Amino acid sequence: MTPAEDDRPAPEAFLQAARAESEPPQKRGKLKIFLGAAPGVGKTYAMLEEAHLRRRAGVDVVAALVETHGRMETAAQLVGLALLPRRRVPYRGQVLTELDIDALIERRPQLALIDELAHSNPPGSRHPKRWQDVMEVLDSGIDVLTTLNIQHIESLNDAVTRISGARVQETVPDAVVAEADAIELIDLPPDELIDRLKEGKIYRPAQAGQALENFFTRDKLTALREMALRTTAGQVDAEILSLMQAKATRGPLPSGERLMVCINEAPVAKTLVRSGKRMAERAKIPWLAVTVVTPTHEALGAEAQQQMQDAMRLAETLGAETVTLRAESDVAGELLRFARSRNVSRLLIGRPRWQKTPWRRLTAFTREAVSDRLLDGATDFEVTVVTPNVRNERRKAVARPRIDTQARGYVAAVVVTAIATLLGLPVESIDLLPSSALTVFYLLGVMLVGAHYGLGPSLFASLLAFLCYNFFFIDPILTLTVAKPSEVVALSVFLLGALFTGNLASRLKAQIESMRATQTRIETLYTFARKIASATKFDDVLWAAAAHGAKALNARTLILTPDAAGALQQVQGHPSIEEHLDARAAGAAQWAFEKAEAAGTGTGTLPGSDWLFAPLATAGKPFGVFGVAFADPQRAADPETRRLLLAVEDQVAVAIERNRLAEELSNARVAAESDQLRAALLNSVSHDLRTPLVTVIGAMSSLADPDTDLPRDDRQELVETALDEARRLDRYVQNLLDMTRLGHGALKPKRGAVDIREIIGRVRSDLARTLMRHSLHVEVPRDLPMLQVDPVLIGQALINLLENAAKYAPAGTAITVRAGLDGKGNAEIRVIDEGPGIPVADREKVFDLFHRAARGDGAPAGTGMGLAIVRGLVAAHGGKVRADAGPGGQGAALVMTLPLAPPEDTDEESEQ
Amino acid sequence: MTPNAASARILLIEDEAPIRRFLKIALGSAGHETLEAGSGREGLERAVIGNPDLIILDLGLPDMDGKAVVREIRSWSSLPILVLSVRDGEAEKIAALDAGADDYVTKPFATGELLARLRVLLRKRGDSEAQPSTVQVGPLSVDLARRLVTVGDQEIKLTRKEFDILALLARHGGRLVSHRQILTEVWGPAHVDDLHYLRIAIGHIRNKLDDDPASPRFIVTEPGVGYRLLS
Repeated sequence: MTPAEDDRPAPEAFLQAARAESEPPQKRGKLKIFLGAAPGVGKTYAMLEEAHLRRRAGVDVVAALVETHGRMETAAQLVGLALLPRRRVPYRGQVLTELDIDALIERRPQLALIDELAHSNPPGSRHPKRWQDVMEVLDSGIDVLTTLNIQHIESLNDAVTRISGARVQETVPDAVVAEADAIELIDLPPDELIDRLKEGKIYRPAQAGQALENFFTRDKLTALREMALRTTAGQVDAEILSLMQAKATRGPLPSGERLMVCINEAPVAKTLVRSGKRMAERAKIPWLAVTVVTPTHEALGAEAQQQMQDAMRLAETLGAETVTLRAESDVAGELLRFARSRNVSRLLIGRPRWQKTPWRRLTAFTREAVSDRLLDGATDFEVTVVTPNVRNERRKAVARPRIDTQARGYVAAVVVTAIATLLGLPVESIDLLPSSALTVFYLLGVMLVGAHYGLGPSLFASLLAFLCYNFFFIDPILTLTVAKPSEVVALSVFLLGALFTGNLASRLKAQIESMRATQTRIETLYTFARKIASATKFDDVLWAAAAHGAKALNARTLILTPDAAGALQQVQGHPSIEEHLDARAAGAAQWAFEKAEAAGTGTGTLPGSDWLFAPLATAGKPFGVFGVAFADPQRAADPETRRLLLAVEDQVAVAIERNRLAEELSNARVAAESDQLRAALLNSVSHDLRTPLVTVIGAMSSLADPDTDLPRDDRQELVETALDEARRLDRYVQNLLDMTRLGHGALKPKRGAVDIREIIGRVRSDLARTLMRHSLHVEVPRDLPMLQVDPVLIGQALINLLENAAKYAPAGTAITVRAGLDGKGNAEIRVIDEGPGIPVADREKVFDLFHRAARGDGAPAGTGMGLAIVRGLVAAHGGKVRADAGPGGQGAALVMTLPLAPPEDTDEESEQ
Repeated sequence: MTPNAASARILLIEDEAPIRRFLKIALGSAGHETLEAGSGREGLERAVIGNPDLIILDLGLPDMDGKAVVREIRSWSSLPILVLSVRDGEAEKIAALDAGADDYVTKPFATGELLARLRVLLRKRGDSEAQPSTVQVGPLSVDLARRLVTVGDQEIKLTRKEFDILALLARHGGRLVSHRQILTEVWGPAHVDDLHYLRIAIGHIRNKLDDDPASPRFIVTEPGVGYRLLS
C-alpha cells in the first residue's frame, strides 16, 4: 500500500465510521475473502488450509472464530492452529459464543481467521455486523482471512432472492468485497455439492431434506455459481485495470465514486452514453447506464424503444454497468434512489430538444418534467446536462410500416363510414331513433377502424363520418351547410368525439401489438436462453447459438471469431458454414468486429450485403461477430427483429463469455497447480530418482574394481542391493510415465468385463519380491460379479496400493486384499494393512501428488506419486478411491470403488 | 541339426549395445551361442544367413517397425520369435503376437525370466516333431488324443469348447496364447472380438479345475493379452 493511499478520503461512509473508532496507528491489515456460491462448497476448509500453509511459513496465525458446522473434515483441519477463546454472550435465555475482538487485538497475531463475514452480532455487541469487526481488526494491522457466500453480497441480494426465493437478511456491502486485497473463489460443481449434501456433509440429515428442496437444486446452484464466478472475474478485472492505470498515469486515485448516465428514449441517448464514457475515463471512476421502464414504456414507438436499446447496448460495450429500473410513475425519484444506493456521485442527463411535430412536443414535455425533477431532487449530486447536437444524432433510416396496410386502412375507413350511413338511412326514415343518436353508428365505425388500422385511418374515418353525418342527416339534408346553431355544436362535439375515439382505439391497438410482440420476443428468447444455457463446452455454445439463433430469427446464421493471426474465420454456421462469403459480407463482418457496431444489411455500413453482422461483446472488446441473413430480407430493417437480434446476440455473448471465464478460471488454477507440481517434480526427480542410482553406481563400481578382492558373500550382497535399487528406479520411472500420461489425458482405459481375481493373481506374481516380507491374504467371494475395467490399468492401481501398504506396514504383518460389493451397484476393493494407519486429516491428502503421510528423513522412500496415480487411474474408470482406518481402527484400508460389468446377456454355452 | 533346450543359436536383434552386451553374456552362460544385429535390416540378413534356432527381437528398432520384422521372418520361417517390449505397450505386444511372434518379455526383465521363456520356446521346437499325447502340469494332466482331463485321480468333465481351449493352451505348453488365437481356433474367425465367450469359458474351466485366478495353479492370465498354461 502506498502512503498516498492512506491519505485519500475514505470511499464509503461506513468505512469511515469503522476506521474512526480506531485511528490506524500502523499499516492496515490485508483482507482475503474465500468466496463461495453456496454453503458447503468448502470455504472454511480452504481457509484453514491456507492458514496451515502460512503457519508453516512462520506466520503467527490465530483461529479467532471458525464455524465447523459439525463437519468432520473441517474440524480436523483446526488441529494445530492456535484457537482464540470465544466471548460468551447471553441472549434470550441462551448463551451465544461470539468473536472476542478485544482479545484478538490484544493477542495481535499476524493473521486472524474470522469465519462468516456476513454474520450479524447479537444486540449489545460493539458492532452490529461482523464485517465491521473485521474492519476494526484490519485497522489494527492484523491480516484477516474470512469466508463469504455470494448471496450475502448486498448488490446481489435481489438477484439471489429471485433465484433462491428466500431473502437473505445478513448482507455485506459491496465495498467491503471490492476493497478486499484478495478474493479466492471456492468452486464446486452443483452436482458434487448436491452429492455432498446428500451424504450429510453439509447439514445434519434432518435439515438436509429441507435444504435440498428449497435451495440445493441444480438450477439454483448453477445460477449462484455463475454469479460467484462473475463476481470473482469482475474483481480480477478491476485489479488488472487499476494496476495498468497505476503504471500508465498518476491520475486521481480510484475511489468509490460512480458516474450514472440516465438514458431515455430520446435521440440524445447515444451522445449521453459517449459523454458518460469520456467523463468516467477522465475521472477514472466506474460508471453506470440506467434507464427506467414505466408502464407506458411499451406503448412508445418501436423507433424510440430502439433508440433506448441501442444506447444501453452501446453503454455496455463501452464498459458501463447497465441497469434497467422499473417505476410506476416517479421516474426521477427512482433514479435518485438508485443513485444513492449505489454510491453515485455524478449524474449525466440529457436536455431534450423540442421536437417538430405537436405530438412529439407533447411527449417531450412530459420528459422535460423528468429531467427538471431530476435537477430539483439531485441536490447532493454533481449533475451534468448534455445538449444534443442535432446533426450528429441524425436518425438512421428505419422502414416505415408497410404501405399496403395503411392503404387498406383508408379503404376500410370509407367502407365502414358508408355502411354506417346505409344503416342510418332506414333507421332515420322510420323515425326509430332521433337523428342525433345515429352518431353512435359512426363512432362505432371509427373505433373499429382505429382498433384495426391505427391512428391515420381512424382520423380519416372521423372526418368522413363527420362529413357524411352532416350531409345525410343534418338539415338541410344532402348539403354540407348547417341550419340550426345547436346542430353546429352537436356536430363539433361529434367530430371531437370521433377524433378522440379513433385516437384511443388506435392507441389500444398499438399497445396490444406491442404487448404481443413483446410476448413473442420473450418466448423466443426464453427458449433460446434455455437451450444455450445447457451447452457447457465452448463449441457446444457456438453450435447452439448458431442453430437456435437461426431458428429464433428465421435466418441463416454465422459466427466468426479471430484466429491466431487476428483474421476473422467462420467457426460455426447454420445450416452450415458459408462456402463463399462475398466481399461485402466479409467487409461488414470485419467492420462489426473492429468498430464494435452492427454492419451490413439494415444498417448504415455496407447495407448492400445480404448479411447483418453484429459484434459479440459483453464488456470490452468484441471477441467475435454474429451474422444473420434473414429469409425475408425486409426483416433486417424491422426494429422488432433488430431488437430480437440484439437480445439473441446478448445471450450468445454472455454464454460465450461465461464459458470463457469459467475456462480461464480453471486454466489459471491449473497453471498455478502445475507450477507447484513442477517444483515438486523437480525435487522428486533430483532426490528420489538419484538415490537408487547412488547405490547402483556405488555397488557396481566396487564390483568392477579389479583391485578389491571381496569375499563371495559381500559380492552377492552388493549385487542384490544394486538389483533392488534398480528395480525401485524402474518403478519410479513407471510412476512418472503414468503420471505424465494421466496429466495429458492420454490414458484411455480399454474396459471390459474382468475377474478381479485374475488381476490379483497377476499382480501377486509381479510383486512377489516387494511382498516378500509380508503375508498377502486374498479374500474374494466366489460369486463376485465381473468388473467393467481395464485389467492393465487397474492392475497398476492395485500394484501401487500394495506397494504403498508394503512400504508403511512393518515386516511380518499381513496385507489383505478384500473385494466385495458396496451395496450401490459397485465393487469395492480394499487393501488393508497393519501399519500405523493414516490420520483422519490426511485421508484426502494422501491422494495428492507428492503428499506423504510421514515426512522427514525417516520417511520411507517413494516418489509421492503412487496414490495420486491410483486416484487418476480409478477416476478414469469413473470410480473413486478413499482412505479409511483398517478393521477395528487399526492400520489403514485403501478402498477403490469400481463399476461392475453389466450382466452377460449371452452365454456362449447356450448360443453354441 | 537338432537343437535342444540346453544349447541353441540365438539371433539377438536389438539396437542398444549395452543390452546386447549383457544378454550375450547371460545367454552365453546358459550355454547358448549368440548372433547379434543392431538393426532390423541387419537382423533379417542374419536370420537368413546365420540359421538361428530362435530370434530375440526388440520391437523398438531405429530403422524399421519390429512388427514388420516379425512378418518378414514369418513369410519364410516358423522359427520361434520372442519379442522384447516396453511396459504399457499392450497394443504393440498384441500386434506383434498377431503378426506371428510367439511370446514376449517386458523390459526391464530379469535374465532368469528371459531364460525360462527361451527354454519353453526351444522345447516347443524340439517337440514340434513329436507332439506328446499327454501334457502334465502338476496334478493336471491333459490327454490330447483321448480328450481326457484329470486333476490327480479325479476326471474332470469339460464341454467340447472348454476342452479345445485347454488343449490349445496345453499344446503351447507354457507359451502365451493370445485372445485372438484362441477365439480364432476354437470359435472360428468370425468370433475374434467375442472376448466374453472366452472369458466365461475360462471361468468355467477354472472352476472345474478348482484353479483360483488370484493364485493360479494352472492357467495364468496375461491381462489384456491372453492366457498361458503354467509349465
